[in-house]
Amino acid sequence: MTASYAPGQPLPQHLGEVIVEARGIEKYFGDHHVLRGVDLDVHRREAVMIIGRSGSGKTTLLRCLNFLEEPTVGSVEVDGLRVEADPLRARSRAHQEQIRQIRLRASMLFQEFALFPHMTVLGNCIESPTRVRGIGRDEAVTLADKFLDKVGLRDKRDEYPARLSGGQKQRVAIARALCMEPKVLLFDEPTSALDPELIGEVLKVMEELAHEGTTMIVVTHEMHFAREAADRVIFMEDGVIAEQGPPEQVLNNPHDARTRNFLRRFLET
Amino acid sequence: MAGGGVQRVGTIEEAGATRAAILDEIIAAQRRRRRWFRGQFAIVWIVLVGIVGLFLWSAGRVSWEFIASSGPYILGGAGVTILVSVVAMVMAIGLALLGALGRLSINAIFNSVASLYVSLVRGTPLLVQIYFIFFALPQAGIVLAAIPAGILALGFNYGAYMTEIFRAGIQAVPRSQREAAQALGMPEGLVFRRIVLPQAVRIVIPAIGNDFIAMIKDSALLSTISVTELLWRATRVGRSERQVLAAIAIAAVVYWILTIFFSYFQDKLEKRMARGDR
Repeated sequence: MTASYAPGQPLPQHLGEVIVEARGIEKYFGDHHVLRGVDLDVHRREAVMIIGRSGSGKTTLLRCLNFLEEPTVGSVEVDGLRVEADPLRARSRAHQEQIRQIRLRASMLFQEFALFPHMTVLGNCIESPTRVRGIGRDEAVTLADKFLDKVGLRDKRDEYPARLSGGQKQRVAIARALCMEPKVLLFDEPTSALDPELIGEVLKVMEELAHEGTTMIVVTHEMHFAREAADRVIFMEDGVIAEQGPPEQVLNNPHDARTRNFLRRFLET
Repeated sequence: MAGGGVQRVGTIEEAGATRAAILDEIIAAQRRRRRWFRGQFAIVWIVLVGIVGLFLWSAGRVSWEFIASSGPYILGGAGVTILVSVVAMVMAIGLALLGALGRLSINAIFNSVASLYVSLVRGTPLLVQIYFIFFALPQAGIVLAAIPAGILALGFNYGAYMTEIFRAGIQAVPRSQREAAQALGMPEGLVFRRIVLPQAVRIVIPAIGNDFIAMIKDSALLSTISVTELLWRATRVGRSERQVLAAIAIAAVVYWILTIFFSYFQDKLEKRMARGDR
């Protein structure tokens, strides 16, 4: 296995088998080589946090994992479904269907929340379950209530997104993703668009999810959160994984000079 | 109260009452000023329209009898005008939606057909298109009655302009909306139908309202192919009764009233849409 859990580290007891397996992911934007061959294994119940400066390729990697960006080269396997990057036939029906199946397994949360503004909170939560998973409306509503309860927003179910604060919007987005019952949650800088006083409520929900054993991959700048909630921290630089391991090691005692450099600058600013 | 010794100005309740009275007075004054503005506004309109109307009335020897006898006939043309405009608008919206999808399509055939449609229609005058459909097509064996020909011409023409409106509206929906829907596993068709289109429609409604109002006025061009709408009726009775001035003036006023009516309606609709976003 090329992407070992972390060099020289035993696999922590509470983690299950490998559920996300990315191999040789490369991505070009024109001439710009953003990802230069990334291998990544994520285990069931694992919380992986990806850090690194902007432009290091961390968001692109995350977006490649559920094909919001089609990798130029490489393959992604999620929960037993393996999809090869196929940029020349990315829009073909067969490939799109495979990608859709990947997305049902690995759902993405965005920096800008992206709630559907023309639907209520409940509408947002039941839209995809009823129309894509094909479960009945009543069952979808029960599911939505359960997850809205989990993020503490059941009382807002009939509001439109415009009436919610940024933190509430992101929590609804999390509930909406959970309603699809994916195997993995991908978070792309989920608190970067929030006012500082609203970051905490979102991180708290995410931390609970991590402790309950939700498999998640999080691109974040919240070092404190990474230290608390991560099983593993990955530091990316120049389109490769420069260093990875338990948070104590990567954040407190990094082996790699680039990681040290990044953390020093990050703590200064 | 600042400086000086203790100076009794009244109890807190009294101060509160004074404050409320002052506020009331300010609000009343503002209301008076607004009312005065509106009053002046209306007076200027009435005076100007009155002067022009009186001048034309006396100089043009307009007869009451003509207005009484032919007015209702001309007014009846408004029904045709609205009917033609509404049907053409429905057709234009359908064409515009298809056109916009084509213009955004990565399918070369679909895209080029839509682009050709927009280029051709926007590159030729509406009057030429009306003549083409009504006077030229019969030579190729395609004969249409005046009203269907007129509706077709207007619908085609506005469909092309509205294609660009729809395209802009669809593109104005943030990319993250599409991505969020995809991330929830929605297939492409569902993403468009349930997420992108409803938001695009909200964006384009003001522009479509404008186009509808413009179309009501452009439908006057159909008088040239004898669609019995407002202007056609006005010119017809105006000429035969030698009261062209009165007839055309009646038609103009009716167009004006229609425009004011639909603008008001559009304004209401726009405000209601905006409220849904708050």
